[in-house]
Amino acid sequence: MCEIKVITGTSAAAEAAKLADVDVIAAYPITPQTTCVEKLAEFVSNGELDAEYIKVESEHSAMSACIGSSAAGARTFTATSSQGLALMHEVLFSAAGMRVPIVMMNANRALSSPINIWNDQQDSLAERDSGWIQIYAEDNQEVLDSVIQAFKIAENENVLLPVMVNLDGFILTHTVEPVTLPKQENVLEFIGTYEPKHAYLDPKKPITQGALGDPNYYMETKYAIEMAMKNAEKVIVDVHDEFKEKFKRGYGNGLIECYNLEKAETVIVAMGSICGTIKDVIDAKKKEGKEIGLLKIRCFRPLPIEMIKDALKNAKNIAVLDKSISLGMNKGIVYVDVVSSLKNKKTVNYIVGLGGRDITFEDILEIYTDVETSEDGKTIWLGLKE
Amino acid sequence: MVNTGTIIYEPGSSANNKTGSWRVFKPILDKEKCVMCENCYIFCPEGCIQEKNGKFEIDYDYCKGCLICERECPVKAIKAEREEK
Repeated sequence: MCEIKVITGTSAAAEAAKLADVDVIAAYPITPQTTCVEKLAEFVSNGELDAEYIKVESEHSAMSACIGSSAAGARTFTATSSQGLALMHEVLFSAAGMRVPIVMMNANRALSSPINIWNDQQDSLAERDSGWIQIYAEDNQEVLDSVIQAFKIAENENVLLPVMVNLDGFILTHTVEPVTLPKQENVLEFIGTYEPKHAYLDPKKPITQGALGDPNYYMETKYAIEMAMKNAEKVIVDVHDEFKEKFKRGYGNGLIECYNLEKAETVIVAMGSICGTIKDVIDAKKKEGKEIGLLKIRCFRPLPIEMIKDALKNAKNIAVLDKSISLGMNKGIVYVDVVSSLKNKKTVNYIVGLGGRDITFEDILEIYTDVETSEDGKTIWLGLKE
Repeated sequence: MVNTGTIIYEPGSSANNKTGSWRVFKPILDKEKCVMCENCYIFCPEGCIQEKNGKFEIDYDYCKGCLICERECPVKAIKAEREEK
Protein backbone atom coordinates (compact mmCIF):
# COMPACT_ATOMS: atom_id res chain seq x y z
CA MET A 1 0.00 0.00 0.00
CA CYS A 2 1.03 3.57 -0.63
CA GLU A 3 1.34 6.01 2.19
CA ILE A 4 -0.25 9.46 2.07
CA LYS A 5 1.55 12.22 3.96
CA VAL A 6 0.68 15.89 4.21
CA ILE A 7 4.03 17.46 3.39
CA THR A 8 5.73 20.46 1.79
CA GLY A 9 7.32 20.47 -1.65
CA THR A 10 10.85 20.41 -0.20
CA SER A 11 9.92 17.40 1.94
CA ALA A 12 8.46 15.73 -1.13
CA ALA A 13 11.80 16.20 -2.92
CA ALA A 14 13.69 14.85 0.11
CA GLU A 15 11.37 11.85 0.36
CA ALA A 16 11.87 11.17 -3.35
CA ALA A 17 15.66 11.24 -2.96
CA LYS A 18 15.32 8.83 -0.05
CA LEU A 19 13.04 6.53 -2.05
CA ALA A 20 15.61 6.58 -4.87
CA ASP A 21 18.19 5.46 -2.29
CA VAL A 22 20.79 8.07 -3.17
CA ASP A 23 24.40 7.36 -2.22
CA VAL A 24 25.69 10.90 -1.80
CA ILE A 25 24.11 14.23 -0.91
CA ALA A 26 26.25 17.36 -0.95
CA ALA A 27 24.32 20.50 -0.18
CA TYR A 28 24.38 23.95 1.31
CA PRO A 29 21.25 25.44 2.85
CA ILE A 30 19.55 28.40 1.17
CA THR A 31 16.05 29.79 1.53
CA PRO A 32 13.58 28.37 0.47
CA GLN A 33 15.40 25.10 -0.21
CA THR A 34 16.71 24.65 3.38
CA THR A 35 13.96 22.38 4.65
CA CYS A 36 14.79 19.87 1.90
CA VAL A 37 18.42 19.42 2.91
CA GLU A 38 17.47 19.53 6.60
CA LYS A 39 15.07 16.68 5.99
CA LEU A 40 17.75 14.70 4.15
CA ALA A 41 20.26 15.35 6.97
CA GLU A 42 17.63 14.00 9.37
CA PHE A 43 17.12 10.88 7.24
CA VAL A 44 20.86 10.22 7.17
CA SER A 45 21.39 10.90 10.87
CA ASN A 46 18.55 8.69 12.06
CA GLY A 47 19.60 5.85 9.81
CA GLU A 48 16.56 5.93 7.49
CA LEU A 49 18.82 6.65 4.54
CA ASP A 50 22.23 5.04 4.06
CA ALA A 51 24.01 7.88 2.27
CA GLU A 52 27.08 10.04 2.58
CA TYR A 53 26.01 13.58 3.55
CA ILE A 54 28.71 16.09 2.65
CA LYS A 55 28.47 19.45 4.38
CA VAL A 56 30.11 22.04 2.17
CA GLU A 57 30.96 25.72 2.53
CA SER A 58 29.05 26.99 -0.53
CA GLU A 59 26.88 25.94 -3.44
CA HIS A 60 29.90 26.04 -5.73
CA SER A 61 31.46 23.41 -3.48
CA ALA A 62 28.18 21.49 -3.25
CA MET A 63 27.97 21.05 -7.00
CA SER A 64 31.71 20.33 -7.24
CA ALA A 65 31.37 17.58 -4.62
CA CYS A 66 28.33 16.23 -6.47
CA ILE A 67 30.29 16.10 -9.73
CA GLY A 68 33.07 14.22 -7.94
CA SER A 69 30.74 11.71 -6.35
CA SER A 70 28.73 11.15 -9.51
CA ALA A 71 31.96 10.77 -11.49
CA ALA A 72 32.97 8.12 -8.97
CA GLY A 73 29.80 6.21 -9.84
CA ALA A 74 27.51 7.16 -6.95
CA ARG A 75 23.85 8.15 -7.27
CA THR A 76 23.96 11.80 -6.26
CA PHE A 77 21.42 14.38 -5.16
CA THR A 78 21.56 18.02 -4.19
CA ALA A 79 19.20 20.94 -3.80
CA THR A 80 19.55 24.67 -4.18
CA SER A 81 17.80 27.91 -4.98
CA SER A 82 18.36 31.31 -6.60
CA GLN A 83 21.71 32.84 -5.51
CA GLY A 84 22.91 29.34 -4.71
CA LEU A 85 22.14 28.16 -8.22
CA ALA A 86 23.83 31.27 -9.58
CA LEU A 87 26.92 30.45 -7.50
CA MET A 88 26.88 26.98 -9.06
CA HIS A 89 26.75 28.48 -12.57
CA GLU A 90 30.34 27.61 -13.50
CA VAL A 91 30.15 24.00 -12.31
CA LEU A 92 26.68 23.39 -13.80
CA PHE A 93 28.35 23.46 -17.20
CA SER A 94 31.07 21.08 -15.97
CA ALA A 95 28.42 18.61 -14.76
CA ALA A 96 26.68 18.61 -18.13
CA GLY A 97 29.94 18.40 -20.06
CA MET A 98 31.22 15.53 -17.93
CA ARG A 99 27.84 13.83 -18.46
CA VAL A 100 27.32 13.03 -14.79
CA PRO A 101 23.68 12.15 -14.00
CA ILE A 102 23.21 14.31 -10.89
CA VAL A 103 19.65 15.11 -9.82
CA MET A 104 19.02 18.48 -8.22
CA MET A 105 15.96 20.11 -6.72
CA ASN A 106 15.82 23.83 -7.31
CA ALA A 107 13.44 26.03 -5.36
CA ASN A 108 12.64 28.78 -7.84
CA ARG A 109 13.37 32.16 -6.29
CA ALA A 110 14.13 35.67 -7.54
CA LEU A 111 17.72 36.84 -8.01
CA SER A 112 19.25 39.90 -6.32
CA SER A 113 19.27 42.79 -6.27
CA PRO A 114 17.17 43.85 -4.44
CA ILE A 115 17.49 40.85 -2.13
CA ASN A 116 14.32 38.88 -2.49
CA ILE A 117 13.58 35.41 -1.22
CA TRP A 118 10.21 35.00 -2.93
CA ASN A 119 9.26 33.08 -6.03
CA ASP A 120 9.89 33.68 -9.66
CA GLN A 121 11.66 31.48 -12.21
CA GLN A 122 14.53 33.75 -13.19
CA ASP A 123 17.16 31.61 -11.44
CA SER A 124 16.70 28.35 -13.32
CA LEU A 125 15.74 30.02 -16.61
CA ALA A 126 19.02 31.93 -16.52
CA GLU A 127 20.71 28.48 -16.52
CA ARG A 128 18.72 27.16 -19.47
CA ASP A 129 21.81 26.91 -21.70
CA SER A 130 23.95 24.96 -19.23
CA GLY A 131 23.09 21.53 -20.63
CA TRP A 132 20.86 20.53 -17.70
CA ILE A 133 17.49 18.95 -18.28
CA GLN A 134 14.88 21.17 -16.62
CA ILE A 135 11.53 19.95 -15.32
CA TYR A 136 8.96 22.28 -13.70
CA ALA A 137 6.45 20.89 -11.20
CA GLU A 138 2.92 22.15 -10.65
CA ASP A 139 2.27 20.67 -7.20
CA ASN A 140 4.01 18.71 -4.44
CA GLN A 141 2.95 15.33 -5.81
CA GLU A 142 4.53 16.26 -9.12
CA VAL A 143 7.71 17.28 -7.27
CA LEU A 144 8.00 13.82 -5.73
CA ASP A 145 7.15 12.03 -8.96
CA SER A 146 9.46 14.22 -11.04
CA VAL A 147 12.47 13.65 -8.77
CA ILE A 148 11.92 9.88 -8.99
CA GLN A 149 11.59 10.08 -12.77
CA ALA A 150 14.62 12.40 -12.95
CA PHE A 151 16.99 9.67 -11.74
CA LYS A 152 15.75 7.28 -14.41
CA ILE A 153 16.02 9.93 -17.12
CA ALA A 154 19.46 11.17 -16.05
CA GLU A 155 20.94 7.69 -15.76
CA ASN A 156 19.61 6.49 -19.11
CA GLU A 157 22.55 5.46 -21.29
CA ASN A 158 21.30 7.56 -24.18
CA VAL A 159 20.97 10.65 -22.01
CA LEU A 160 23.55 10.81 -19.18
CA LEU A 161 22.79 14.41 -18.38
CA PRO A 162 22.10 16.10 -15.04
CA VAL A 163 18.46 16.91 -14.29
CA MET A 164 17.08 19.90 -12.40
CA VAL A 165 13.59 19.56 -10.92
CA ASN A 166 12.16 23.02 -10.29
CA LEU A 167 9.41 23.93 -7.87
CA ASP A 168 8.13 27.41 -7.10
CA GLY A 169 9.68 28.81 -3.92
CA PHE A 170 7.27 29.05 -0.96
CA ILE A 171 4.24 28.42 -3.19
CA LEU A 172 5.27 24.77 -3.27
CA THR A 173 8.34 24.55 -1.05
CA HIS A 174 6.50 25.70 2.08
CA THR A 175 2.92 24.71 1.36
CA VAL A 176 1.68 21.40 2.67
CA GLU A 177 -0.37 19.15 0.42
CA PRO A 178 -1.32 15.52 0.62
CA VAL A 179 1.35 13.56 -1.23
CA THR A 180 1.18 9.86 -2.03
CA LEU A 181 4.46 8.15 -1.26
CA PRO A 182 5.04 4.94 -3.17
CA LYS A 183 6.82 2.02 -1.55
CA GLN A 184 10.58 2.13 -1.84
CA GLU A 185 10.80 -1.34 -3.32
CA ASN A 186 8.50 -0.25 -6.14
CA VAL A 187 10.48 2.93 -6.71
CA LEU A 188 13.77 1.05 -6.84
CA GLU A 189 12.24 -1.51 -9.15
CA PHE A 190 11.19 1.39 -11.39
CA ILE A 191 14.50 3.30 -11.40
CA GLY A 192 16.86 0.36 -11.06
CA THR A 193 20.31 0.62 -9.57
CA TYR A 194 22.78 3.02 -11.11
CA GLU A 195 25.46 1.06 -12.91
CA PRO A 196 27.81 3.61 -14.37
CA LYS A 197 29.50 2.51 -17.54
CA HIS A 198 31.28 5.63 -18.69
CA ALA A 199 32.44 7.17 -15.41
CA TYR A 200 33.37 5.39 -12.21
CA LEU A 201 36.33 4.95 -9.93
CA ASP A 202 38.26 1.74 -10.35
CA PRO A 203 41.94 1.66 -9.31
CA LYS A 204 42.51 -1.19 -11.77
CA LYS A 205 41.23 0.91 -14.65
CA PRO A 206 42.38 4.48 -14.07
CA ILE A 207 40.69 7.13 -16.23
CA THR A 208 40.91 10.88 -16.66
CA GLN A 209 37.71 12.88 -16.29
CA GLY A 210 37.19 16.58 -16.84
CA ALA A 211 40.30 16.92 -19.00
CA LEU A 212 41.21 19.82 -21.25
CA GLY A 213 39.30 19.82 -24.52
CA ASP A 214 41.19 21.93 -27.02
CA PRO A 215 39.62 23.40 -30.18
CA ASN A 216 40.05 19.98 -31.82
CA TYR A 217 37.48 18.44 -29.47
CA TYR A 218 35.32 21.08 -27.76
CA MET A 219 32.65 21.54 -30.44
CA GLU A 220 32.03 17.80 -30.68
CA THR A 221 31.42 17.57 -26.92
CA LYS A 222 28.77 20.29 -27.12
CA TYR A 223 27.18 18.60 -30.12
CA ALA A 224 27.10 15.33 -28.14
CA ILE A 225 25.14 17.10 -25.38
CA GLU A 226 22.71 18.45 -27.96
CA MET A 227 22.18 14.91 -29.29
CA ALA A 228 21.70 13.63 -25.73
CA MET A 229 19.05 16.34 -25.23
CA LYS A 230 17.35 15.13 -28.38
CA ASN A 231 17.40 11.55 -27.04
CA ALA A 232 16.10 12.82 -23.69
CA GLU A 233 12.84 13.97 -25.30
CA LYS A 234 11.92 10.38 -26.06
CA VAL A 235 13.35 9.03 -22.81
CA ILE A 236 11.31 11.52 -20.76
CA VAL A 237 8.11 10.42 -22.51
CA ASP A 238 8.99 6.72 -22.06
CA VAL A 239 9.92 7.12 -18.40
CA HIS A 240 6.73 9.09 -17.80
CA ASP A 241 4.63 6.42 -19.53
CA GLU A 242 6.24 3.69 -17.48
CA PHE A 243 5.73 5.68 -14.29
CA LYS A 244 2.08 6.27 -15.17
CA GLU A 245 1.59 2.58 -15.80
CA LYS A 246 3.19 1.61 -12.51
CA PHE A 247 2.03 4.35 -10.13
CA LYS A 248 -1.19 5.46 -11.87
CA ARG A 249 -0.29 9.13 -12.01
CA GLY A 250 0.65 11.24 -15.01
CA TYR A 251 1.34 14.76 -16.20
CA GLY A 252 0.38 15.17 -19.84
CA ASN A 253 2.88 13.23 -21.90
CA GLY A 254 5.76 14.05 -19.56
CA LEU A 255 7.00 16.94 -21.69
CA ILE A 256 3.89 19.07 -22.02
CA GLU A 257 0.39 18.91 -20.60
CA CYS A 258 -2.60 20.12 -22.60
CA TYR A 259 -5.67 21.26 -20.68
CA ASN A 260 -8.83 22.02 -22.68
CA LEU A 261 -6.76 22.81 -25.76
CA GLU A 262 -8.89 21.28 -28.51
CA LYS A 263 -11.76 23.75 -28.52
CA ALA A 264 -9.98 26.83 -27.19
CA GLU A 265 -8.97 29.71 -29.43
CA THR A 266 -7.35 31.50 -26.52
CA VAL A 267 -4.50 29.56 -24.97
CA ILE A 268 -2.29 30.37 -22.01
CA VAL A 269 1.25 28.95 -22.01
CA ALA A 270 2.82 28.64 -18.55
CA MET A 271 5.11 26.59 -16.30
CA GLY A 272 5.01 25.55 -12.66
CA SER A 273 2.52 26.13 -9.86
CA ILE A 274 0.62 28.90 -11.67
CA CYS A 275 -0.85 26.21 -13.94
CA GLY A 276 -3.13 25.17 -11.05
CA THR A 277 -4.70 28.64 -10.88
CA ILE A 278 -5.05 28.70 -14.66
CA LYS A 279 -6.88 25.37 -14.62
CA ASP A 280 -9.31 26.82 -12.05
CA VAL A 281 -9.97 29.80 -14.33
CA ILE A 282 -10.49 27.47 -17.29
CA ASP A 283 -13.00 25.38 -15.32
CA ALA A 284 -14.89 28.50 -14.17
CA LYS A 285 -15.03 29.93 -17.68
CA LYS A 286 -16.15 26.61 -19.10
CA LYS A 287 -19.28 26.84 -16.93
CA GLU A 288 -20.01 30.16 -18.64
CA GLY A 289 -19.62 28.43 -22.00
CA LYS A 290 -16.25 30.02 -22.76
CA GLU A 291 -13.27 27.91 -23.77
CA ILE A 292 -9.74 28.75 -22.69
CA GLY A 293 -6.84 26.34 -23.01
CA LEU A 294 -3.65 25.77 -21.07
CA LEU A 295 -0.40 24.51 -22.49
CA LYS A 296 1.70 23.59 -19.50
CA ILE A 297 5.37 23.21 -20.30
CA ARG A 298 6.64 20.56 -17.90
CA CYS A 299 10.00 20.09 -19.55
CA PHE A 300 11.73 23.32 -20.55
CA ARG A 301 15.01 21.69 -21.55
CA PRO A 302 14.87 19.83 -23.84
CA LEU A 303 12.04 22.03 -25.14
CA PRO A 304 9.64 19.88 -27.19
CA ILE A 305 9.24 22.43 -29.96
CA GLU A 306 7.37 20.20 -32.42
CA MET A 307 4.85 19.15 -29.76
CA ILE A 308 4.32 22.77 -28.73
CA LYS A 309 3.76 23.79 -32.36
CA ASP A 310 1.29 20.98 -32.79
CA ALA A 311 -0.53 21.70 -29.53
CA LEU A 312 -0.95 25.35 -30.48
CA LYS A 313 -2.02 24.77 -34.09
CA ASN A 314 -5.67 25.72 -33.46
CA ALA A 315 -4.94 28.61 -31.12
CA LYS A 316 -5.70 32.15 -32.29
CA ASN A 317 -4.59 34.17 -29.26
CA ILE A 318 -1.63 32.89 -27.29
CA ALA A 319 -0.70 34.39 -23.93
CA VAL A 320 2.72 33.33 -22.68
CA LEU A 321 3.17 33.85 -18.95
CA ASP A 322 6.70 34.48 -17.76
CA LYS A 323 8.01 34.61 -14.23
CA SER A 324 11.27 35.82 -15.72
CA ILE A 325 12.51 38.73 -17.76
CA SER A 326 15.34 39.00 -20.27
CA LEU A 327 16.36 42.53 -19.43
CA GLY A 328 17.19 44.73 -22.39
CA MET A 329 14.83 42.78 -24.62
CA ASN A 330 11.66 43.31 -22.59
CA LYS A 331 10.57 39.72 -23.15
CA GLY A 332 10.23 36.75 -20.84
CA ILE A 333 12.53 33.78 -21.43
CA VAL A 334 9.75 31.26 -22.05
CA TYR A 335 8.09 33.62 -24.53
CA VAL A 336 11.27 34.03 -26.57
CA ASP A 337 11.77 30.25 -26.76
CA VAL A 338 8.17 29.34 -27.55
CA VAL A 339 7.53 32.09 -30.07
CA SER A 340 10.74 31.41 -31.98
CA SER A 341 9.06 28.27 -33.32
CA LEU A 342 5.60 29.71 -34.06
CA LYS A 343 4.66 31.43 -37.28
CA ASN A 344 1.54 33.44 -38.10
CA LYS A 345 0.24 33.24 -34.56
CA LYS A 346 -0.78 36.11 -32.35
CA THR A 347 1.27 35.95 -29.20
CA VAL A 348 1.32 38.29 -26.23
CA ASN A 349 3.89 38.09 -23.43
CA TYR A 350 2.83 38.68 -19.83
CA ILE A 351 5.54 39.28 -17.26
CA VAL A 352 3.99 38.18 -14.00
CA GLY A 353 4.85 37.52 -10.38
CA LEU A 354 8.46 38.68 -10.37
CA GLY A 355 9.98 38.53 -6.90
CA GLY A 356 6.98 36.72 -5.49
CA ARG A 357 4.17 39.13 -6.40
CA ASP A 358 0.85 37.28 -6.23
CA ILE A 359 -0.74 36.04 -9.43
CA THR A 360 -4.41 35.72 -8.66
CA PHE A 361 -7.44 34.12 -10.26
CA GLU A 362 -8.48 37.64 -11.31
CA ASP A 363 -5.10 38.27 -12.94
CA ILE A 364 -5.55 35.20 -15.12
CA LEU A 365 -9.06 36.40 -16.07
CA GLU A 366 -7.58 39.76 -17.02
CA ILE A 367 -4.96 38.03 -19.18
CA TYR A 368 -7.71 36.05 -20.90
CA THR A 369 -9.65 39.15 -21.92
CA ASP A 370 -6.54 41.19 -22.63
CA VAL A 371 -4.92 38.69 -24.99
CA GLU A 372 -7.94 38.80 -27.31
CA THR A 373 -7.64 42.56 -27.78
CA SER A 374 -3.89 43.13 -27.41
CA GLU A 375 -1.67 43.53 -30.44
CA ASP A 376 0.69 40.77 -31.55
CA GLY A 377 4.13 40.65 -29.99
CA LYS A 378 3.33 42.98 -27.14
CA THR A 379 4.91 42.58 -23.69
CA ILE A 380 2.73 43.45 -20.71
CA TRP A 381 4.13 43.73 -17.19
CA LEU A 382 1.01 42.69 -15.34
CA GLY A 383 0.08 44.79 -12.33
CA LEU A 384 3.06 47.11 -12.55
CA LYS A 385 2.70 50.02 -10.13
CA GLU A 386 3.19 53.62 -11.26
CA MET B 1 35.81 11.10 -31.93
CA VAL B 2 35.03 12.04 -28.32
CA ASN B 3 34.04 9.64 -25.52
CA THR B 4 30.90 10.41 -23.52
CA GLY B 5 31.89 12.97 -20.91
CA THR B 6 35.27 13.42 -22.71
CA ILE B 7 36.68 10.69 -20.51
CA ILE B 8 40.19 9.50 -21.32
CA TYR B 9 40.49 5.76 -20.79
CA GLU B 10 44.14 5.23 -21.78
CA PRO B 11 47.07 6.71 -19.88
CA GLY B 12 49.57 8.54 -22.07
CA SER B 13 47.06 9.10 -24.84
CA SER B 14 47.79 12.83 -24.88
CA ALA B 15 50.70 12.01 -27.23
CA ASN B 16 48.00 11.43 -29.87
CA ASN B 17 47.05 15.09 -29.70
CA LYS B 18 49.45 16.82 -32.04
CA THR B 19 49.72 20.26 -30.55
CA GLY B 20 51.85 21.60 -33.40
CA SER B 21 48.67 23.02 -34.97
CA TRP B 22 48.68 25.76 -32.31
CA ARG B 23 51.86 27.26 -33.78
CA VAL B 24 52.00 30.70 -35.37
CA PHE B 25 55.81 30.89 -35.62
CA LYS B 26 58.00 27.97 -36.51
CA PRO B 27 61.57 27.70 -35.15
CA ILE B 28 64.06 26.62 -37.84
CA LEU B 29 67.36 25.17 -36.66
CA ASP B 30 70.46 25.78 -38.76
CA LYS B 31 72.39 22.59 -38.06
CA GLU B 32 75.61 24.08 -39.50
CA LYS B 33 75.62 26.93 -36.95
CA CYS B 34 74.56 24.69 -34.04
CA VAL B 35 77.34 24.07 -31.48
CA MET B 36 75.45 21.37 -29.54
CA CYS B 37 75.40 23.45 -26.33
CA GLU B 38 72.03 21.85 -25.38
CA ASN B 39 70.50 25.18 -24.31
CA CYS B 40 67.48 24.74 -26.62
CA TYR B 41 67.06 21.15 -25.42
CA ILE B 42 67.12 22.27 -21.76
CA PHE B 43 64.78 25.23 -22.19
CA CYS B 44 62.14 23.69 -24.50
CA PRO B 45 59.02 23.52 -22.25
CA GLU B 46 57.41 20.89 -24.47
CA GLY B 47 60.39 18.53 -24.66
CA CYS B 48 60.23 18.53 -28.42
CA ILE B 49 63.91 19.17 -29.13
CA GLN B 50 65.79 15.89 -29.17
CA GLU B 51 69.26 14.75 -30.18
CA LYS B 52 69.26 12.40 -33.13
CA ASN B 53 72.44 11.09 -34.81
CA GLY B 54 74.61 13.71 -33.12
CA LYS B 55 72.40 16.66 -34.15
CA PHE B 56 69.39 18.35 -32.55
CA GLU B 57 66.01 18.08 -34.23
CA ILE B 58 62.72 19.84 -33.55
CA ASP B 59 59.57 17.71 -33.44
CA TYR B 60 57.05 19.90 -35.26
CA ASP B 61 54.14 17.60 -34.35
CA TYR B 62 54.28 19.01 -30.83
CA CYS B 63 56.22 22.31 -31.04
CA LYS B 64 53.73 25.09 -30.13
CA GLY B 65 56.03 27.81 -31.42
CA CYS B 66 56.86 29.57 -28.15
CA LEU B 67 60.34 30.46 -29.55
CA ILE B 68 62.10 30.16 -26.19
CA CYS B 69 64.69 28.09 -28.09
CA GLU B 70 65.33 30.97 -30.48
CA ARG B 71 65.84 33.37 -27.58
CA GLU B 72 68.12 31.03 -25.63
CA CYS B 73 70.39 29.93 -28.50
CA PRO B 74 73.76 31.64 -27.86
CA VAL B 75 74.93 31.29 -31.48
CA LYS B 76 71.68 32.40 -33.16
CA ALA B 77 71.29 29.06 -34.89
CA ILE B 78 67.49 29.13 -34.50
CA LYS B 79 65.40 31.52 -36.58
CA ALA B 80 61.62 32.01 -36.45
CA GLU B 81 59.50 31.87 -39.56
CA ARG B 82 55.79 32.50 -39.82
CA GLU B 83 53.97 29.18 -40.06
CA GLU B 84 52.55 28.47 -43.50
CA LYS B 85 48.97 27.29 -43.14
